[in-house]
Amino acid sequence: MIEVSHISKRFGHRLVLEDVSFYVEKGEILGFLGPNGAGKTTTMRILTGFLPPNSGTVRIGGYDIQKEPLKVKRLLGYLPEHNPLYTEMTVRDYLFFVAETKGVERPNRKTQVNETIERCGLREVASRLIGHLSKGYRQRIGMAQALIGDPEVLILDEPTIGLDPKQILEIRQLIKELAGKKTIILSTHILPEVSMTCTRALIINKGRVVAEDALDNLTYTRGVSISVRANPQTLLSTLNSIDGVKRVAIEDEKEGIVRASIETGQEVRAKIAYKIIQNGWELFEMTPLRASLEESFVRLVTEEEGQ
Amino acid sequence: MKNIYFLAKKELKIYFYSPIAYSVAFMFLLIAGYFFYSDVLYFSLISLQARSGFMGLDITDWVIRPLLGNMSVVLLLILPLLTMRLFAEERRQGSLELLLTYPLRDIELVLGKFFGCLAVYALMLAFTIPYPIILYLLGRTDISPFFTGYLGIFLMGSAFIALGLFISSLTESQIVAAVITFGLSLLFWIINWATHFTGPPLSKILEAISIITHFEDFMKGIIDTAHIIFYLSFISLCLFLTLRVLESRRIRG
Repeated sequence: MIEVSHISKRFGHRLVLEDVSFYVEKGEILGFLGPNGAGKTTTMRILTGFLPPNSGTVRIGGYDIQKEPLKVKRLLGYLPEHNPLYTEMTVRDYLFFVAETKGVERPNRKTQVNETIERCGLREVASRLIGHLSKGYRQRIGMAQALIGDPEVLILDEPTIGLDPKQILEIRQLIKELAGKKTIILSTHILPEVSMTCTRALIINKGRVVAEDALDNLTYTRGVSISVRANPQTLLSTLNSIDGVKRVAIEDEKEGIVRASIETGQEVRAKIAYKIIQNGWELFEMTPLRASLEESFVRLVTEEEGQ
Repeated sequence: MKNIYFLAKKELKIYFYSPIAYSVAFMFLLIAGYFFYSDVLYFSLISLQARSGFMGLDITDWVIRPLLGNMSVVLLLILPLLTMRLFAEERRQGSLELLLTYPLRDIELVLGKFFGCLAVYALMLAFTIPYPIILYLLGRTDISPFFTGYLGIFLMGSAFIALGLFISSLTESQIVAAVITFGLSLLFWIINWATHFTGPPLSKILEAISIITHFEDFMKGIIDTAHIIFYLSFISLCLFLTLRVLESRRIRG
């Protein structure tokens, strides 16, 4: 649905994006991650046709954004980072205006505006001035605005920024409801948001793609944690002798039960369990240690900086 | 075409949901009303003193021309306040970014804003229609210069609005837009004063680009296509420049 190939963008002498390529399948939700200033917003602005790239092409729904901007724009719903709204207008008037300019035909206009108002929970504020509403409502209006015209592709730039926890949940719920129906690119620097809503993630840093993968692969297993009744020293040497174990650390020891974390290179859980039983120790607990998305993110971003 | 209408409607709504249109129109009508009142009163005073009644005194010279002239000065002061927000506010708020991702052409955006603002101006002028009606009812005289005068003042105001729209597209600050629009409008107004001490061909050129010299014939009741073409080309040039500014934003980012 979205094909970005080799786009670069510079502002003056500053290279903001360098050879960025990725694709998004129809119905997929792509989490777009990166530290502040990594080039997330610039990429999104290029995708929406607001900025032209210096080189490279963007195709959405098969149309080139540079060559057929109007056709691409008809497929797009965009929520910019600062969610600019006309504060002087009422919610309903504003959404009507959006429906008109997005080319929603007159017979459907009213129903579609009303449906969107319902869907985004805006019914009780529909006839109030946008300027008088809270941040949470405004963000929902921003979402409503993006949804009008029933676009196939949604580009959401930090949709939950500045909201309270309850409002964040509401917006996430709304995004989840759209999963499968729409192709969505969601930019954020709040990582749990990606784990909760997205199927795949793309991490960019300093204008370059540093990782692009399914979430399961980004949150890889890096080891196991065990609780065993054993002598710490013998346990340590036994575990270290297993092939595939990289590092063992004793976390603590309480009432004869030792808790240790084992960093592994490959899948050796079965071997560890077998060795423990063989030695006649009591095994209380064994849990895989998964690197969270945070850890992957920090690792990827810092690796990049170390170079 | 439909999009131009939708965009113009949005501009109108914003003008009338906020106090902008009301305050600008109120001040304009207040001052225009004062001028009308004092001009008519002054006219009746001197026509009483001139014992021969209306002989030698013409309502066109004594009421209509001063009134239209004064109204045009008020417009010079007040129209920049109407146009300053058109693009500057959209850029400051960031809503221009969103608007540019909707399936709209740049030209539709520019014309939508222009006509939206023009509609407010036309409405403002329409509220002064009672003046010629009152004059006609009281004096039973020829008020035809009023009609050409209105055409002239509408064209001149449109030129100011087009200029204001262009300046507004250059900046994010409404104040800067208003100040520059006012300054340039004034300059186009008084530029023919220099003709007193410059000889031709410069004086001819200055005369030709001055926004007020083209207005004078309208106040006398004359419709000259040259003047209409001047205003229309002035407007087209400003709208064209606005379009270029929008395009260059895109290229430079």
